[in-house]
Amino acid sequence: MADVAQSVVQWLPIAEIAAKVASGELKAVDLVEQSLRTIAAKADYQAIIATTETRARERAQQIDADIAAGKPAGRLAGVPFIAKDNYLVFGADTTAASNILRGFEAPYQATVVNRLEAEGAICVAKANLDAFAHGGSTENSDFFTTKNPHDMTRVPGGSSGGSAAAVVLDMAPFALGTDTGGSIRQPASFSGCVGLKPTYGLTSRSGVVAMASSTDVMGPLTRSVEDAALVFDIFAGQDELDSTTTPRDPAGYSDIAADDTWIQGKKIGVIKEYMSEAGSLEAGVRQSVNAAVDKLRAAGAEIMEISLPSLPLSLAVYYIVVPAEISSNLSRYDGQRFAYTSPDATNLEESYSLSRGVGFGKEAKRRIMIGTYVLSSGYYDAYYKKAQTVRTKIINEFAAAFLQVDFLLGPTAPTTAFKIGENANDPLQMYLADVMTAGPSLAGIPAIVLPVGASDGLPVGIQLMAAQRQDRALLTLARQTERLVV
Amino acid sequence: MADLTRDDILKLARLARISLSDDEVAEFSDEFNEILKYVAQLNTVDTTGLEPTSQVTGLVNVTRPDVIVDYGYDPKSLLKNVPSVQNDQIKVKRMIG
Repeated sequence: MADVAQSVVQWLPIAEIAAKVASGELKAVDLVEQSLRTIAAKADYQAIIATTETRARERAQQIDADIAAGKPAGRLAGVPFIAKDNYLVFGADTTAASNILRGFEAPYQATVVNRLEAEGAICVAKANLDAFAHGGSTENSDFFTTKNPHDMTRVPGGSSGGSAAAVVLDMAPFALGTDTGGSIRQPASFSGCVGLKPTYGLTSRSGVVAMASSTDVMGPLTRSVEDAALVFDIFAGQDELDSTTTPRDPAGYSDIAADDTWIQGKKIGVIKEYMSEAGSLEAGVRQSVNAAVDKLRAAGAEIMEISLPSLPLSLAVYYIVVPAEISSNLSRYDGQRFAYTSPDATNLEESYSLSRGVGFGKEAKRRIMIGTYVLSSGYYDAYYKKAQTVRTKIINEFAAAFLQVDFLLGPTAPTTAFKIGENANDPLQMYLADVMTAGPSLAGIPAIVLPVGASDGLPVGIQLMAAQRQDRALLTLARQTERLVV
Repeated sequence: MADLTRDDILKLARLARISLSDDEVAEFSDEFNEILKYVAQLNTVDTTGLEPTSQVTGLVNVTRPDVIVDYGYDPKSLLKNVPSVQNDQIKVKRMIG
């Protein structure tokens, strides 16, 4: 793989950074400058839409001053991070990489961001994404396409492609992403970092631009499982501003150290449908996943093949359910309330349709209209209701699988990062990038991706899954897998 | 199910309040038909006895105490992104052309 970290200081584990800031050995202001310098030095990758540098520097000075004055330091004291640009954050516009939200200033911040800031973390920049998180490559960004850190002619994955690239390019110790059908996991696999999609409901959606409300989750992209666990531990749990949130695990998520015997006797199912993928699974991806499975088996895990016969239907379900929810969630961008309005409209009706026609990119229009179609009178039962019923079937198969095994695993995507432009004119082909990540999203189960190898020089991530609310056990397995594979 | 025609696309655009260029109408007709063909595989799936799932948390009727909480926002800060404001209200164009 290309050397992406030249002249850049490597970040320490997040807990160590925070401890050194708390002790005064490192200064928050220097860490923020390191982030901003790296962002500037790696600008060619186009991972970042805007920095929040003025506010970041002010916060860093305040944190250093508080620590010098003897005030207690947070668990993320002075740790810089980058938020995907669909998180509402002070200090820069929140655009969701869309023209219709260009110039939108957040009146409040996302709950996830507030919780991180309360522990001393500092947002330094907003990362690029497919506009409104609709896509798997960042090519649907209304602004520009982010480049893969390992090969600038390839995509970083998406939709959280800017966040994944930023972490791999050492722009910050961690970044925030959102995952609706694979948008944290697939870029983590394509770019080569850790990406956690938590159980649905464990992360507050308040202050994050809504895509599909029944599967949207917030999660970290990091350099290690330990970092992901620490960051997730800080923002997981109920929030009065999001009524779909559920209580966190009383044991928390960050203390996941386990001795080498933990893995012994754990039952892990390899998903048959993902590994057989009718010839479309890239050989190098299969080899990397199989090599990781061999190491888990050698360490004492009980490996078995598990079949979820309806899982291959997930993508079809996903591309009915999600556009339906998108068509509803994006109705609020009507040209009257948020940033852009068409200057050419003469009445209200025209103002709606011209503002949306000009302000939305092609993929947002596509999804809104497909959603409108599957929800429209006469087609609702045939498409939407049928899809939601097949969704039940998929959920039941996951539940049955987790009666037999503690965890499931498979690849994250059938291929490694594809070339920029390769799928740009074929929306359906682009949707297939989500084929292995959509199922866990529909079932609301947690999944984590970590790098386990390379195929032709490009990273391959393994996808580990657990039953709903087993995020702590999943992180422990991921930590063990990371230890075995490295 | 029958293929979507140009008129179907125009009707959807109207329902979704989105103006489309002629090129977009043509492009979307082809693409939507391809996507709908792909999702049509669900028609053959046996779902006898299964109920649809619309959310996965199992939560039912989440309520909060009926008390007013001051989150400290003033109307002006919440309206700062609105294109046209008058007396702290959102101003829209005339409704009848």
